[in-house]
Amino acid sequence: MSDNTNTQKEPLLSAKNRKLLSNPLGQDNPITVQVLGICSVLAITVQLRTSLVMAISVVAVMGLANLIISLLRHGIPPRIRIIVQLTVIAALVILVDQVLKAFVYDVSRQLSVFVGLIITNCIIMGRLEAYALNNKPWPSFLDGIGNAAGYGWVLLTVGFFRELLGSGTLMGYQVIPNFAYQMGYENNGFMILPPMALITVGVIIWVHRHRNRDLVDVS
Amino acid sequence: MKAIHDLLEKAKVPFEKGGRLEKLYRTFEAFETFLFVKGDVTTRGSHIRDAMDMKRTMVHVIIAMTPVLLFGMWNVGYQHFKAIGLEVSFFDQFLFGLIKVLPIVVVSYAAGLIVEFIFATIRDHEVNEGFLVSGMLIPLILPVTTPLWMVAVATVFAVIIGKEVFGGTGMNILNPALLARAFLFFAYPAYMVGDDVWIYTGLQEGQQLVDGFSGATPLAYLAMGEVERLPSVLEMFLGTIPGSIGETSTAAILLGALVLIATGVGSLRIMLSVVAGGLFTGLLFNLFAVNPFMETPAYYHLVMGGFAFGTVYMATDPVSASQTGTGKYIYGFLIGVVTLLIRVVNPAYPEGMMLAILLMNVFAPLIDHYVVEANVKRRMKRWKSTQLKTT
Repeated sequence: MSDNTNTQKEPLLSAKNRKLLSNPLGQDNPITVQVLGICSVLAITVQLRTSLVMAISVVAVMGLANLIISLLRHGIPPRIRIIVQLTVIAALVILVDQVLKAFVYDVSRQLSVFVGLIITNCIIMGRLEAYALNNKPWPSFLDGIGNAAGYGWVLLTVGFFRELLGSGTLMGYQVIPNFAYQMGYENNGFMILPPMALITVGVIIWVHRHRNRDLVDVS
Repeated sequence: MKAIHDLLEKAKVPFEKGGRLEKLYRTFEAFETFLFVKGDVTTRGSHIRDAMDMKRTMVHVIIAMTPVLLFGMWNVGYQHFKAIGLEVSFFDQFLFGLIKVLPIVVVSYAAGLIVEFIFATIRDHEVNEGFLVSGMLIPLILPVTTPLWMVAVATVFAVIIGKEVFGGTGMNILNPALLARAFLFFAYPAYMVGDDVWIYTGLQEGQQLVDGFSGATPLAYLAMGEVERLPSVLEMFLGTIPGSIGETSTAAILLGALVLIATGVGSLRIMLSVVAGGLFTGLLFNLFAVNPFMETPAYYHLVMGGFAFGTVYMATDPVSASQTGTGKYIYGFLIGVVTLLIRVVNPAYPEGMMLAILLMNVFAPLIDHYVVEANVKRRMKRWKSTQLKTT
């Protein structure tokens, strides 16, 4: 997909571009298919709120990073491209961090180092290397958003189940009624521990493969 | 016999292909094979079939667990009436235990078998008998006060995550029963550790706990450093101490071990090496003892907590243990060592058998791999040396 192949104008959301957005949600999902970015899934999905903030942050960083690198792609010498990519991502992450600190301080405190660790999120680096360096800005932007969204929905699903079963709340509001506790229901303390995040991701992958048979590795 | 067979053949019709209950064929098959072996014949090659199929193996384990279960039931009653200071007959003690333990057994079987049947139907394979043993092991390693819904949740979790995701019976990495217990241990610690969970103390009107009552297990006393409150070795050996339902009586467990060894179902190598590992580490601690827990005679550890139960029924699980002969020694020995390490060195968990076996389950394939590698290397060397001589 080099630049000179299609000179005529194509619509902003052509079928090809829509695929860029939708593929990473399902059959090319960065977490459930490529199994990238697992560490942050384990770390910040104890609550739905932190998962949501993290997902939005990654969408913003990834979309913009892809866009910027794609704009710069002809000016980056190949030998130092990694460090240029890192600089761009780091600058964006610092911006996101400052915004979080200004507007949602408590969530920012809970996320602690993990906002900074977006820099090392392998999905972002992977998309920059694999896509943004060789493609036009607009498709790159869509690709970034799509992959971040694919990462985001898994994050939100894991966060939903972990907060619901582990703390009986959602977004900080109690959803398991009090009479359930009086009848002997208990919050599942295991859900709060990282191993359960791994198992939840595993179950998501299981369901995903079950519905998407061509992903099953038969070797 | 003929009459039953005819009856079954007749009942089978709606379950067969094209029948109206076709979806439930696997369910029907499971119950059918309890009575009759299926009439399948092999189509090519010669096959040797052993009478010791999976169903029979599992039944032997169940038989071996019976003394433990019966003693556990009696001990539940005994501990309860001791706690409230009532003298009742042996029969009443057993009856009380039966009423408390039976629901746990039933829930464990029901929850696990439902999952098994669902998966057998979806995947269209025979219902495997593996759960017959797990379903009995799970109640035996739980405190009697565990709420029933927790038993169900843990069982479902263990069967799905521990077994079915890997492909069902025989494919699991971890022992499902221990996984169920570990799940409860981390999910609902308030119900699985502490001094209040081991003895049923639900009081009726007019009853009260005796003065100075404590529900602590021997290991808890040791962890607290109250060595003088430890029961005598004989008591711990016979099992009249607080603990999980089936784990207390080393005597009953030894009886079960005899059955397992005599029928060749349980591996004597694993049992012996677990004991050896435990004793070795215990003696090592005695040599360098700095606190009462480390000073405890090594053989105490064999009769306290779940050591004996884990050694006989859990570590020998043929699926999750090492398969090679030498591997079994290494695997068992390390279980003993790790158990004592967790018990004595780690102040957070007074009991270490569960975590030690789960840990070694994970390492069992690795141990096997290196045992096989070593064997290959040795034989290559021997072969090379003979080649040299002949040339």
